[in-house]
Amino acid sequence: MPTIKTQALTHIYSQGSPFESIALENINIEISQGEFVGLIGHTGSGKSTFVQHLNGLLLPTGGRVLLDGVDLNSSKKLRHEMRFKVGLVFQYPEYQLFEDTVYKDISFGPRNMKLSKAEIDERVREAAGFVGVPEEIFEKSPLELSGGQKRRVAIAGVIAMRPSVLVLDEPTAGLDPEGCESILKNICDYHEATGATVILVSHSMEDIARYASRLIVFVDGHAAMDGSPEEIFSQADRLRTIGLDVPVVTDIASRLKQLNIDVPDCCYTISQLKSAILSLKKEGAPC
Amino acid sequence: MLKDITLGQYFPGNSFIHRLDPRTKLICTVIYIAALFVAKSYITYGVLLLTLVLCVAVSKIKASAMLKGMKPLALIIIFTAILNLFYIKGGTELFSFWVLTVTTEGIKTACFMVIRIMMLISGTFLLTYTTTPMSLTDGLELLLNPLKKIRVPVHEFSMMMSIALRFIPTLIEEADKISNAQKARGADFETGKLTERAKALLPLLVPLFVSAIRRADELAIAMESRCYHGGEGRTRMKKLSLKLSDLMTMVFSLLFLAGIIILARFGF
Repeated sequence: MPTIKTQALTHIYSQGSPFESIALENINIEISQGEFVGLIGHTGSGKSTFVQHLNGLLLPTGGRVLLDGVDLNSSKKLRHEMRFKVGLVFQYPEYQLFEDTVYKDISFGPRNMKLSKAEIDERVREAAGFVGVPEEIFEKSPLELSGGQKRRVAIAGVIAMRPSVLVLDEPTAGLDPEGCESILKNICDYHEATGATVILVSHSMEDIARYASRLIVFVDGHAAMDGSPEEIFSQADRLRTIGLDVPVVTDIASRLKQLNIDVPDCCYTISQLKSAILSLKKEGAPC
Repeated sequence: MLKDITLGQYFPGNSFIHRLDPRTKLICTVIYIAALFVAKSYITYGVLLLTLVLCVAVSKIKASAMLKGMKPLALIIIFTAILNLFYIKGGTELFSFWVLTVTTEGIKTACFMVIRIMMLISGTFLLTYTTTPMSLTDGLELLLNPLKKIRVPVHEFSMMMSIALRFIPTLIEEADKISNAQKARGADFETGKLTERAKALLPLLVPLFVSAIRRADELAIAMESRCYHGGEGRTRMKKLSLKLSDLMTMVFSLLFLAGIIILARFGF
């Protein structure tokens, strides 16, 4: 059974008013346990609206969202429980920090789960470990931290609930390259260590290409493309007409091909292209 | 849920009322409120209600928008009605139980109070619905200009008001976002006892205040870097000017108020 399944999911904002706008239309997606899915699309393409349906923050105006086969729309109590199963990290999550210490802030989720004190403590330390929040800053105020550290604390606050599905809405927006890199690495580690399903919303083709095993492209409220990175990035022209791009590496590979250099069709990470070029060199092809 | 607040909202349009000078609209609203408090009888209330309905019709604002705006104040309206219903004694006693007595006079006063509050709200809503917040504060600044002579910082007040009005939608959006983020962490704003619910608001209020203060800081820097130095010698891009229609509207409103006062005087 898929972990997440949407059936003809449709969401219309301000339905029936003059401001009515269709955010999602007829989305049918199945996501299995343990997948690492990348969601790409323009601002306003419906990505954020879609992820808010996954834990019942928004309810569909049409269609259904099934979590482990249970309809999220069926009861309020169920939705409350599902929030702990589907951890949602919003854009710029550092603005949600409110407690006077880092420790208390990370433990907000587990406390809402009404866990025992020992259990909460264990989860806070574990979550902090995953995202690289050192224990020395546990007693500091979250407001004193740097932007990158705040973001880590906020993500830890969601991971501490041990969600089996972790959804992140542009977790690296506004961070420096080093910070981006290490946060994505942490998320990847969490994915591997716990076997959780990860859904990553991002604008960066590079990030998505490196980590996701499946891509879903949103265009104007539709799930326009769905497939492995190879499948998606091989349709570079279609992506460009949508207004999206392929990773720089894929671009380089296709230009090499135009120069009659025989590199494989679907290079989308630096290491893939590197090994392709190195193997060409061994064969003694002209470079 | 928070998006439903219509306070300070503006409905774009190009009706006669939309085109009036904000000063005219401000003065007329004040006159209308004054008339509302003078009115005491069915006739005067009827005349005022008719005027209001006429103005709303001219402005082409939907009646549903007016009623929607009243929703958050429903509690106050109901409370007023109940209080008046039981506390006003007079006329014939209709029925009574325990310490509560309902009289004809009570019912009459309660009805009048409810109508008065609703008309009061509608009148002021008509002002904010048809005037952009910016021109509203501009108008207010110009109206209060004479107070500058006695060293009242009129410009500063109106600037503060424009900033406050400008940031209402921004803060509402922000509050929505934060409350969603906390709900995603299992926060519960809707159930529990009153004290629990008040406590549950903390995760919403703290980040909201932090971000409001941060925004204020950034705005101050942005204003200073554009050489903002208060109202002294500041010119306007859109100069407000009173047209003939404005003068006529004001004169008519004054005559209207005079008429209501005379009617009330003669016991109508």
